[in-house]
Amino acid sequence: MNPVPLSNLDLAIASGLVLIHAGLSLMLSLGLGRMLLIAVARMVVQLVLLGLVLQFLLETVSFWLTLLAALVMIGFAGHEAVARLGRKYRGPWGQGIGTASVLVAATLITGFALSVQVQPEPWYNPRYAIPLLGMVLGNTMTGVALGLNTLTATASRERVAVEAQLALGATIWLALRPTLREAMRSGLIPIINSMVATGLIAIPGMMTGQILAGASPESAIRYQLLVMFMIAGGTGIGVFAAVYAGAWRLTDARHRLRLDRLAEAKTE
Amino acid sequence: MSGPSGSGKSQWLRAIADLDPSDGEAVLDGTARGAMSGPTWRRRVGYLAPVPGWWADRVGAHFFDPAAARPLIEALGLKASALDWPVARLSTGEAQRLALARLLAGAPEVLLLDEPTGALDETARNAAETVLMARLAAGTAILIVTHDADQARRLAKRAFTIEDGRISDRQI
Repeated sequence: MNPVPLSNLDLAIASGLVLIHAGLSLMLSLGLGRMLLIAVARMVVQLVLLGLVLQFLLETVSFWLTLLAALVMIGFAGHEAVARLGRKYRGPWGQGIGTASVLVAATLITGFALSVQVQPEPWYNPRYAIPLLGMVLGNTMTGVALGLNTLTATASRERVAVEAQLALGATIWLALRPTLREAMRSGLIPIINSMVATGLIAIPGMMTGQILAGASPESAIRYQLLVMFMIAGGTGIGVFAAVYAGAWRLTDARHRLRLDRLAEAKTE
Repeated sequence: MSGPSGSGKSQWLRAIADLDPSDGEAVLDGTARGAMSGPTWRRRVGYLAPVPGWWADRVGAHFFDPAAARPLIEALGLKASALDWPVARLSTGEAQRLALARLLAGAPEVLLLDEPTGALDETARNAAETVLMARLAAGTAILIVTHDADQARRLAKRAFTIEDGRISDRQI
C-alpha cells in the first residue's frame, strides 16, 4: 500500500507556513528572516538531491557506491559538528576530532546493526544502511557539537580553578574532571530527553513515516526501538570520544592547560 | 623579584612552575625538570597565583588533610573554623591567606609566590611573613614577586629586577 502522494502544489502551500515565520521575523526585527530563508532553501535543495541519490543507489546496489555515500555523509557530519563551536580548535584539530568521533560512533553502531540485527540481503543494502546511518549520524553530530562546545567554553571559563589545582600538583585529568562531566552531560541530555519523550509527547519521525506508508504499528515500534537504541548508543560513544579527544588536545605531556590551542572566542 | 607592571614577572614565575610552555631549563636539587612529570614538579615547586582559584564550595575541600592544616591556618591569623566556610563568602584577604595555607600544607621544597600579601593589612602581612621566614629557616627556597620594596628589604637575601625582558640583580 503506497502512501497518499503529495503534489508540488501541496508542498508550495506548506512552504507558506515558513514564509509566515520569516515575515514575522522581519516585522519584529528579529534578524532571523535571512537565516531562516537560507535554511529553507538549503533544506529543499538537499532533500531533492538526496532523493535523486537514494533513487540511484537503491537501483544499483553496490558496496563501493554505498560506502562513498556513507563517507560523504560522515564527512559533512564531522564538519558540521564543529562548525558552530564558540571557541574552535586551531588548525585541523577541530575537524579532526569532530569527524573521527562521528566516524567511529556511526560506523560501529550502524555496522553492528546491519550485520547482526537487521541483516538485510546484502548486509550493506543501501535501503537500510543509508537511512539508519543518517539517523545515527544526525544525533551523534548534535551530541558531539554540544559536548565539544561545553568542553571548550567550560575549560576557558574555569581556567583559574583548573590551574590552581595544577599548581598544587594535581594531574590535568583530575583538575578537568568537573569540566569533562559537564561536557558529557551537555552532549547526552538531548538524547536522554528524546528517549523519555518518545511515545508520550512525540511520535518519532521514523515511526510516523512507516505508519503512513502502511506498516503495522507493531512493526513500526520494533524498528523505532532499534533505531533509538542505535542512536543512544552511537551518541554515547561519539560524545565520549569527542570530549576525551577534545580534552586531550587541551593538554600536553606536562599536564598543562593549553587554551592557546583554541582560537579566540567569536564575538558577534 | 620586582619590576614595572607588565614586565613579565608573573609570566616568569608561571614558566618556572611549568604552567606555560617555555624554553630554558630548571633544575631542582640536581634533577632536571624534564626528568620528572609535570604534576611531580609542581608538587615539589609550589606556585601561588596572585588571585587564587577555587574549585569546590567549601574551603576545607581544597585541603588534602584539613585537620593537619589547622595550625597553619591559625598561624596566618584565621580561625580554624574557616575550613567550613563557603568559598563565596571569603574576603580578598582571607582568600589570599587560605590559598597560602593550602599551598604550604603540601610542604613544597620551593615556593613561587606572586604577590602573596598584596591584599593583607599589616597584622595579617606580618603573620604571613613570619610563617614564610619559618619555612625559609627550615630549608624551603622562596621566590617572591612583590611591589612592596619594604617587604623585599625585610625578607630577601637576593633581589632581582626584570626590565625589557632581562633579569638583573638589584641592591636591596
